[in-house]
Formats: sequence, structure tokens, C-alpha cells
Amino acid sequence: MSSKPVLHYFNARGRMECIRWLLAAAGVEFEEKFIESPEDLEKLRKDGKLMFEQVPMVEIDGMTLVQTRAILNYIATKYDLSGKDMKERALIDMYAEGVADLSEMMGQLIVTPPDQKEAKISLIKDRAKNRYLPAFEKVLKSHGQDYLVGNRLSRVDIHLLELLLYVEEIDSSLLAPFPLLQALKSRLSSLPNVKKFLQPGSQRKPPTDEKALEEARKAFKF
Amino acid sequence: MAGKPVLHYFDGRGRMEPVRWLLAAAGVEFEEKFLKTRDDLARLRNDGSLMFQQVPMVEIDGMKLVQTKAILNYIASKYNLYGKDMKERAIIDMYAEGVADLELMVLYFPHMPPGEKDAALATIKDKAQNRYFPAYEKVLKSHGQDYLVGNRLSRADVYLVELLYHVEELDPSALANFPLLKALRTRVSNLPTVKKFLQPGSQRKPFDDAECVESAKKIFS
Repeated sequence: MSSKPVLHYFNARGRMECIRWLLAAAGVEFEEKFIESPEDLEKLRKDGKLMFEQVPMVEIDGMTLVQTRAILNYIATKYDLSGKDMKERALIDMYAEGVADLSEMMGQLIVTPPDQKEAKISLIKDRAKNRYLPAFEKVLKSHGQDYLVGNRLSRVDIHLLELLLYVEEIDSSLLAPFPLLQALKSRLSSLPNVKKFLQPGSQRKPPTDEKALEEARKAFKF
Repeated sequence: MAGKPVLHYFDGRGRMEPVRWLLAAAGVEFEEKFLKTRDDLARLRNDGSLMFQQVPMVEIDGMKLVQTKAILNYIASKYNLYGKDMKERAIIDMYAEGVADLELMVLYFPHMPPGEKDAALATIKDKAQNRYFPAYEKVLKSHGQDYLVGNRLSRADVYLVELLYHVEELDPSALANFPLLKALRTRVSNLPTVKKFLQPGSQRKPFDDAECVESAKKIFS
């Protein structure tokens, strides 16, 4: 049994990317087994490794975990990125769920029909600009600290950093009104583990390209 | 500051129902402030009470928590319904997230456009029968214990039992092939706190009917 966590997913960002980010930020080396064909997925299912027949799945510490949040919570707790007590965790969870909501909207873009895409992108930009980014800027302003919760790095700083990079990919001007978020982004990007993960050649995945997606949709029927 | 948690939502199940179930199962008394108009929602937003301008919101222990999962996690931790250690928590989270996936479809069902309802119902029935119920039946069979994790009640049991009741409302024979799930439901339903919650007159909400759906539309439009 490998002592490193093993991540089972497609060779794409999808729902596994936030897990890759968190492990990387925690300085944890991990292996990846990519699902490349429907047969690969079928095999995992037949072997009984996927509780709900779905990926992401991560083998870690003798467990075969599915469900992104279950995996993230475990990693965060294990590597002390979950706050110092119940109340800090509540804030971390609240902020992380907000990040997840906007991420989910962005994630849905790749399966949005072309005629609805523009409206969807418009909505994402509106929500980023008027709901989510202001909320997090306000948190940083309220305490003036370097991290979102408890004056130290927690999982939600990493989740937010990842989100900010995706927001920039859609429209780099969206961050302009938010100086504290920009400062957080710089600060986090300079942390050694994060810096390493941001370099070319790391396990960080690029944006999903249209051609690869089209092939995947045909093969996996989604 | 009130000692009891205060739940802010419309008078319906929606996304708040799992919170009501968990508080009730934990034996925690709570108050509810129902949103009835768009102005009610606007007021909460203008107060700065809603971090992402959305409900559910629960005032608890000096916090104004939004995001259902954050609220449920806090309640589960506070009332010891979250396992004894990190690994039990991971399993509980995995099971709870599976329930959440199906429960979200179920709770949203009454609020769907009429033309989409048939397909949605078929999906719910199919997923319940072929993906989710078998997965939990298998867990119970694997260890033969009375509860899903760690041989004692956790949030996963409460959440699953809630789901079982809700799916059965939509599909009366849904539990026919799952004897261990039926037994779990009976067992959990007989716990004093849950038994009380299942009685008429409790804060448990009925199926979101047409009037409730109309009301929600008005508030959130």
C-alpha cells in the first residue's frame, strides 16, 4: 500500500483540482491514477471502490474516500488547516462553501450549451463582482489580518486563491476593485509549497480544452 | 442574546429542513423567524446578516452562520454527532455527502417547473433504488451495527433517516428491498428526541405544497 495518497480522476481539473491544491499547499506528495477510458471507470466501480459509483476518489490512510468535501475535510484536519476550534471551523466552512458555490458555477460552464454560455459567463462575472469577492474583501478588511480566519493559514485561504486565479482566467479586471484580495493572492502565491505548485511541471491541471472535453463527453456520455 | 439558535428561512422545508432535523435529534430547542415577503429578505441583506445574501441563516452562539453545510457541521460537532476522531469523521462526511446529493434533488423537487417534474421524479427514484439505498444498506450489512458509523448515533444516521422519509413520500415502495434501512429508520425514529420531532405540532415541515412554493418564489424573485 502506497503511503502517499492516490487520487483517482480524469486528467483534468474538474472536481479533483481543489484536492490537488490542498495537498500541495500542505506539502503532501501524492500520486494520480488517471481514468482514461470508460473501462477504467467501470473497473473502479466493479472493484467496489466507489461508494456512489462516482469520482473523485482518494485512497488515503487505509480509506477509500469519495465525495470531495469529505476528502477536503479529512486532509484539512490532518494537516492542521481547519482552524483551532469549532467556531473557527464554522467560519472556515461558511467561507469555503461560498467559494464552492462560485466554483461550481464556473465548473458548469464546460457543460453549458454554446447558446447559453454567454449568459452564464455574465452571471458568473456578476456574482463574482457583486456577491462573492466583496464578501471576502470585507472579511479581510474587518480584521486586517494576513489570512481569512484565525490569523493563520487554513484551507479556505487555499480554496480562495484557486478561485481568484479562475476568476482572473475569465476576466482579469474582476479583481481590480479588491486590493486586499490581490494582496492575499500575492502573499499566498509566495508560500513555498504554493509557489512550487504554481510552477510549470507540477500536478496542477490547465484549463480544460474544448477538444479534450468533446472526446471525453463522447466516451463517458455526459 | 438568545440562548436558543434562531433559524431564518421561509416557512417550508427547502434547504433548512436538514438543520431542523439535526437540532431536533440533538434535543436542541430552536426558534424560527419566517421570511414572508421580499422585504423580509431585503431587510436581512441590508442588515449585513447574510454573508452571501442568501438564506438559510442560523444565529447560534454569537455567530450568524450561512451555508447549510457549515451550519450542519457546527451543530454536529457541538452536540457530539460527528464521530470520535478524524477517520470516523471522514466516513461520516462521505455518507452525509451522499445523502445530501439525493436530498437536494428531493427538497428542490416541489419547486421545479411543472414540465420538468416527471423526469426529476424518475431520476430521484432511480438514484434512490440503484445508487444510494444499496450503498447504505451495504454499509449496515457490512458491520451489522445499529448505526452507520462507530456503533453510535451520528449526523449521518439522522440525515439518512430524513432522506428515507422524504423519498418514501414520493415513492411509497422505495424501502421495500432494504430491510436494514427500514430497521435503522425505526430505531432512529424511536429515539425520544426524534420521536417527539415526528409528532404533529413539532417544527418539522410538511411537503412543500403549491402555496409554499408560490410564497418562496415571491420572496426570492
